[in-house]
Amino acid sequence: MGKKQAGTGPLSRRPDNSAFKQQRLPAWSPSLTPQTVLPTFYILSLVCLLLGIWLLITVEYTYELKVDYTDAGTCEQCFNLRKHAIDSSTPCKCTVSFHVPKTFPGDVFFYYGLRNFHQNLRRYMDSRDDAQMVGRKNNLKAPSSYCAPFDYDANGKPIAPCGAVANSMFNDSLTVMYNPTDGSKIQVPLYRKGIAWYTDKNVKFRNPPTNNTFSLQQAFEGTTRPLYWQRPVYELDDIDSNNNGFINDDLIVWMREAAFPNFKKLYGVLNRAQGPFTEGLPAGNYTLSINYNFPVEPFRGRKELVISMVTWFGGQNYFLPIAYLVTSGLILVTAVVLTTVFVKVGKKGKNMEE
Amino acid sequence: MLVPWRGGWNPRSKSPGQALEEERHVRANDRDYNERFSYADNRIKTAKYNVFTFLPINLFEQFQRFANAYFLVLLILQLIPEISSLSWFTTIVPLVLVLAITAVKDFYRTLSVSSLCCLQADLLLLSSSEPYGLCYIETAELDGETNLKVRQALTVTSDLGDDVAKLADFSGEVICEPPNNKLDKFTGTLCWKDNKYSLDNEKMLLRGCVLRNTEWCFGLVIFAGTSLQFSSMKYDEIFLVFFQIFGFLICMGIILAIGNTIWEQKVGSDFWEYLQWKELTINAVFSGFLTFWSYIIILNTVVPISLYVSVEVLRLGHSYFINWDRRMYYSRKDTPAEARTTTLNEELGQVEFIFSDKTGTLTQNIMVFNKCSINGKTYGTLEHFLLYIHTDKWKTPCVDFSFNPLMDRKFRFHDSSLVEAIKLEEPLVQEFFRLLALCHTIMPEERNEGELVYQAQSPDEGALVTAARNFGFVFRSRTPETITLYEMGQAVTYQLLAILDFNNVRKRMSVIVRNPKGQLKLYSKGADTILFDRLDPSNEELMFTTSEHLNEFAGEGLRTLALAYKDLDEDVFDEWMKKLLFASTALDNREEKLGALYEEIEQRMLLLGATAIEDKLQEGVPETIACLTLANIKIWVLTGDKLETAMNIGYSCNMTAKEKIMGPSKDKFSSGLDMEKTELYSSDSVFEETIIAEYALIINGHSLVKSSILVDVACLCKTVICCRVTPLQKALVVELIKRHKRAVTLAIGDGANDVSMIKTAHIGVGISGQEGMQAVLASDYSFAQFRYLQRLLLVHGRWSYHRMCNFLCYFFYKNFAFTLVHFWYGFLCGFSAQTVYDQWFITLFNIVYTSLPVLAMGLFDQVSLQYSLRFPNLYRPGQLNQLFNKRKFFTCTLQGVCTSFILFFIPYGAFMTAVRDDGAHISDQQAFAVTIATSLVIVVSVQIGLDTNYWTAVNHFFIWGSLAVYFAILFAMHSDGIFTIFPNQFPFIGKNINGYIGSL
Repeated sequence: MGKKQAGTGPLSRRPDNSAFKQQRLPAWSPSLTPQTVLPTFYILSLVCLLLGIWLLITVEYTYELKVDYTDAGTCEQCFNLRKHAIDSSTPCKCTVSFHVPKTFPGDVFFYYGLRNFHQNLRRYMDSRDDAQMVGRKNNLKAPSSYCAPFDYDANGKPIAPCGAVANSMFNDSLTVMYNPTDGSKIQVPLYRKGIAWYTDKNVKFRNPPTNNTFSLQQAFEGTTRPLYWQRPVYELDDIDSNNNGFINDDLIVWMREAAFPNFKKLYGVLNRAQGPFTEGLPAGNYTLSINYNFPVEPFRGRKELVISMVTWFGGQNYFLPIAYLVTSGLILVTAVVLTTVFVKVGKKGKNMEE
Repeated sequence: MLVPWRGGWNPRSKSPGQALEEERHVRANDRDYNERFSYADNRIKTAKYNVFTFLPINLFEQFQRFANAYFLVLLILQLIPEISSLSWFTTIVPLVLVLAITAVKDFYRTLSVSSLCCLQADLLLLSSSEPYGLCYIETAELDGETNLKVRQALTVTSDLGDDVAKLADFSGEVICEPPNNKLDKFTGTLCWKDNKYSLDNEKMLLRGCVLRNTEWCFGLVIFAGTSLQFSSMKYDEIFLVFFQIFGFLICMGIILAIGNTIWEQKVGSDFWEYLQWKELTINAVFSGFLTFWSYIIILNTVVPISLYVSVEVLRLGHSYFINWDRRMYYSRKDTPAEARTTTLNEELGQVEFIFSDKTGTLTQNIMVFNKCSINGKTYGTLEHFLLYIHTDKWKTPCVDFSFNPLMDRKFRFHDSSLVEAIKLEEPLVQEFFRLLALCHTIMPEERNEGELVYQAQSPDEGALVTAARNFGFVFRSRTPETITLYEMGQAVTYQLLAILDFNNVRKRMSVIVRNPKGQLKLYSKGADTILFDRLDPSNEELMFTTSEHLNEFAGEGLRTLALAYKDLDEDVFDEWMKKLLFASTALDNREEKLGALYEEIEQRMLLLGATAIEDKLQEGVPETIACLTLANIKIWVLTGDKLETAMNIGYSCNMTAKEKIMGPSKDKFSSGLDMEKTELYSSDSVFEETIIAEYALIINGHSLVKSSILVDVACLCKTVICCRVTPLQKALVVELIKRHKRAVTLAIGDGANDVSMIKTAHIGVGISGQEGMQAVLASDYSFAQFRYLQRLLLVHGRWSYHRMCNFLCYFFYKNFAFTLVHFWYGFLCGFSAQTVYDQWFITLFNIVYTSLPVLAMGLFDQVSLQYSLRFPNLYRPGQLNQLFNKRKFFTCTLQGVCTSFILFFIPYGAFMTAVRDDGAHISDQQAFAVTIATSLVIVVSVQIGLDTNYWTAVNHFFIWGSLAVYFAILFAMHSDGIFTIFPNQFPFIGKNINGYIGSL
C-alpha cells in the first residue's frame, strides 16, 4: 500500500502534515437540536398548509366538464360498427347533447380523453421512428426496424409515418354546437392549430423538404399511409394545407405518448374572437357531433370530450392541493409529537449528556 | 446476520503450483529429463503483461470476477431485441468505466514492478567465490530481516569452483519437495556419483534474496517461473450483499413477470390489433418469460456496478488515511503505520477480542541482561523504573568494564561481585559465560578492529552474547566449523561439531564443540522446564535453588533461560554423529528423526545456572490497554512466558487493577500462586484468580485449547493472560474464539511466532520491531508501537465503520428509490418493462449524478474525534454491528421503497389531470419521466445532506456540483436535437420534497 519513498534522512517517511492527510479539513458539522428541528417542522407545515389552501381555492374556480360519448346519444350504433378496427371504410356520424351548467370564463380548452388505452406499453412506445418524423430523406423510405410490423405494408412499400403509435392515431373529428335558448345553432369555433408544444412543432417534427414546384404529396411519393388510416399523412388537414404531413398538430399531439392508460389530449382551443364566446364558453345546452372512427370496444375503452378552463396553476387538479394539505397535517402531527417528547424527556436527555 | 465484510476463514496463503505434485526431480544439465515434468522454465519476464497482451489478459482476469461477469451477462441480454428494455449503453458505459478504472490500476501496478535486483529463481548453491562455498545473502525482500545470513554449499559441489567446464558436466539429480510457501524450510536430496547428500534450507538461495559480500556463486535452478510466487488473497465479502439483493431482484422480476402474464391474458390480448407482435400472440406465458428478463435488466440498478468500484475506492481512501496518520508515525524508527490490505478497515471498528503477543508487542523487545544465577548464587539487581521513583538514584553503581578493551559501551550491569568472580577465575562462572559466547546463531561483524557488531536474529541472544562479551568472553568470529572467542583477552578457537537448532517444540538449542584441549563439550540453553527434565540426577539440589531463583526473576517480569553443559565421550559422540549424518539425508520425517537424535544426546546434563533478561514495557501500553478495555474490547495476552512473568506483565500493563491486588488480597494472591505452582507441575490445570470486582483469568495455553468450558469462563473475564503458549496454540486459541463467539478478532504481534495467530485472526496487526519483518509481512496493518492500536481502532476503525455503514445504507437507499419506481410503473404500463426514466438518466444516475457526494461522505465524514478517544464506549455500536445489520439494511431499503413510492405516486396523482398553464397536456411519458428524475435527484441530494455529519468543502462542492451537473445535462440534452421537452414542472417537484420530509 504505502509507497516507500527512497528519500533519505531520519524522518523521510514521515507523513505530510497537511489538513487533508491528517483528516483535519475545516468543516461544518451541523447537529440537529430541538431548537433547530422543531421550528423547521412547524414552518414547513405552515408553508404546506398555505400552499394547499391557495391551490385549493384556485382549483375551486377552475371548471372542468367531461362528456363520455363512447356509446351515448346516437353513438351506440357507431360504437357497434367500429367493433372491428379493420372495418373503417364506412363513415359513421352521431351526436351527443350535453349541458354546461356554469359559464367557463376566459380561455377554454377542448380535449379528447381516452380510458384504458395503453400508450405506455414498452413495445408500443418504441414503435416509432423519430428520424423519419424529422423529415430526413433517407429515413423517410427506410423506416426503423423498431416500427415493425408497421414499417412496410403488404406490398413492401414503406409506411410514413411508421410504427404502432402513428398507426393507432385518434381519428374522431369533433364538432361542438351551441344551442342558445332562442333555438338557433352556433358552431363553437375552435383553434385546431397551435395546440402542440412549440419545440415539437418546430424542432422534433419536420416535413421532408418541399418547394413551390415540389409539393408535399410529391415529397411523400413512394410511401404509403399507415394501415388504419383513412387518408395519407399529407392530407390530414383538408382545410389548412400548412398543417399537413408530419407537422400536423393532431399527429404531434398523439405522438407525445401518454404516461398512463387514462389520458386526455388537447383537441382545440376556443376561439373567442366573436359571437357569444368573447367572454368564454357560455352556460347552456350543447350538441357534440362526432365523425365516429376510433374503435374502443376491442379494448373496453371509453372516449370522452373534456372541456376545461386553465388558471396559472393549470387545469382542475384536486390532487395537489389535497396532497399539500395532507403533508402539512403529517408534518404538524410529527412536530407536535416531537415537541411533546422534547418537553417531557428533553431535560433528562440533557442531564444524561452532562 | 448480514455482515458483508465479516469473512470466514481467509485462505490467505494458498499453496501455489500444481496441486498433485508430490516430489520434484531436477537433473542438472539434462534438459530432456527436466522437460518431462513440464516445470516452469526460468526465462525472465518482468511483468505479467506487455503492451499487446495487456488488454485481453486484463479483461479476461476482470471478467473472472463474479460481479463483472454478471454485468457482462446483463449486457448480452440487452442485445436481444425482444428482451432489451434499455439501450445497450446504459450498462456498457458504467461497465467500461469500471473496467477502465480497474485496468488503469493494474497497469499502474505492472509498471511499478521493480527491475531485476535480486535472484529470480530458487537455486541450490553449488559453489561460490568465498572459501568453503560460503555465500552471504540478505533476505529483506522475503522476510524483512536485514541481517546477513550465511548459506553454504555442499563440500562436494563447492569444489567445482568457477570451472565452467566442470560445472557443465555436473550431473547431480535433486529430489525435493514441490514448491511451497515455506521460506524457512527445505528438504531434499542431491544424488551425484552414487552418493546421497542431504539438502536443507542452508544450501538454498531463495528467489528474492540479494547476494552480499560475495562476488559470484553458481547454483542449480530448482524452482523457477511464476509457480514460485506465494500469493495472498482476501475473499471479498461484499459479494454476500450482492447475492441478497440479487435474490430480491429475481423476486421482483418474477412478480412482474407473473403480472405480465396475467395482464397479457386479461387486458393485453385486446390490444393485439394495435400491436401485432408475433411473439406476444403465441402465448402470454412466453411474454411473461421475456418480461422477466426485461425487468432484470431494468431493475439491475439495485445492484449497481458503481457500488463495487465505490467500495474499493473508499477502502483505498481509508487505508491511505491510515498510512498518512502522523499520530501513528514512529519518528525514532521513521516508521509510519501501514495498511497492507485495504479490505478490512471497517472491521477495525468492530473488534471484540484482541490477542496480543507480549514480547516486542507490549514490551520493547530491547533485551537487557539484568540478572543471573550461577551455581546457586544470584548476581545483579533489577533497575526497574519504579526504583528510580523511590530512591531517586541508582542503588548500586554501574560495573566498570574498563578491563575489557572489546566491551560494548552501552552495556550496564549493577553488581560488581560478578566481575570479582570472573576475575577470580571461578570455573563455573567462566563456563557460564563461555556457554553464552558459544551457544548461539549470531553473525559477528567487525568493521574496524575492536568494533564488534552482532547480527542477531533474536534480541535475547544478542543480549546474552553481549553480556558474555563484557564479562570477558568475547565472541569474535565464526566459520562454519570454528568459533573464535577472546577469553579474558586471549584468542581461543573452538571446533564447532554440531548445532542442535532451536525450535518452538524443543525450546532449547545446543552446540557441540571441541575445545583447544581436545575435550568434547555440549552446551545447551533453553526454557527451564525443558532443561530441568534433562539434568543429571546429581544436580537436584542445585536445580531447586535455581528454580527458586528463576521464579524470583520471573516474578519481577524478567525473561529467563536455563543453561546446562555436558562432557561428551569421544566414542559416544562418534556413534551419534554417524546416526546424525544418516538422519540428515533422510527425505521423509527428517525433522522428527533429527529431533529424536538431539533428544538422545541432550540427556544427563549439568546445570550451570540461569539468566534473566529484562524486557521493558513500551510507551503508553498501560494507558492503551485501559482505554481499549473501556471500549469493551477484551484483551488476551498470549505469551510463551512463564506464569509468573505473564502475571507480572499483567499487573504492569494495567490489565488488572493493580492497587487492589497489592493491597488487601496480597496474601490470597500469594497463596493462590503457591497452589497454582504445585498444580502446574503436576498437571496442565487452570489457575483462576478473583480480583474483587473484575475478573482476570490467567491460564495455561494448553488447557484453554482443550476445554470448552474454560473458553466460556475466559470470555466472561475482562482480561485473559495465556502463558506457556506455543505459536500453534496461539492460532488455535484465536480460532477457538472465532468459532465460539463469532466476534471480530484482532491479533497483534511482532515475531515469526505470531505469524500463525496473525493469519488466523480476522485482522492481523504486525509490529515492526526488533524481530524481523515476518509478522509485518503476514499482517494486514503494521505500525511501530503498540499504543497506536488505540488510534487505529477507536479512531480509524470507528470512522471507517461509520463511513462504510452510512455509505452502504445510503447507497442502497438511493438505488432502491431510483429503481423501484419502475416496479410501481409496471402496474400501470401492463408490466411491459417500460422504463420510467429517460435512458441517459439511467446511465448517468449512478455514475455521475449521485456518485461523488456519497463518495465524499464515505471518505470524509467524521463522528466526533475528541469523543472517540474520551468515551471509548462509543466503540460499542461497531461491536454489536448496530449500524449495518439485517434490520438496518431492511430499514434503509424500506426507506428507499417508500421514497420511490412517493416519488412515483405523487407525480402520478398530479399528472393524472394536470395540464400546463397554456392548456397543453403534460401527462405524457417524457414530462413525467423528467419530473420524477428531477425529484429523485433532489430528494437523494437532500438525503445525503441529512446523512452527512461533517461538511467539508469537498462535500459542499460535490453535492452542489452534482445538482448543477444534473440540471446542466438535463437542459443540454433537452434543449436541441430531436428530443426536446421542457421540464416545466417545478411546482410538483417542490411537492415531492415536502412529501418526503413528511415521510421521515
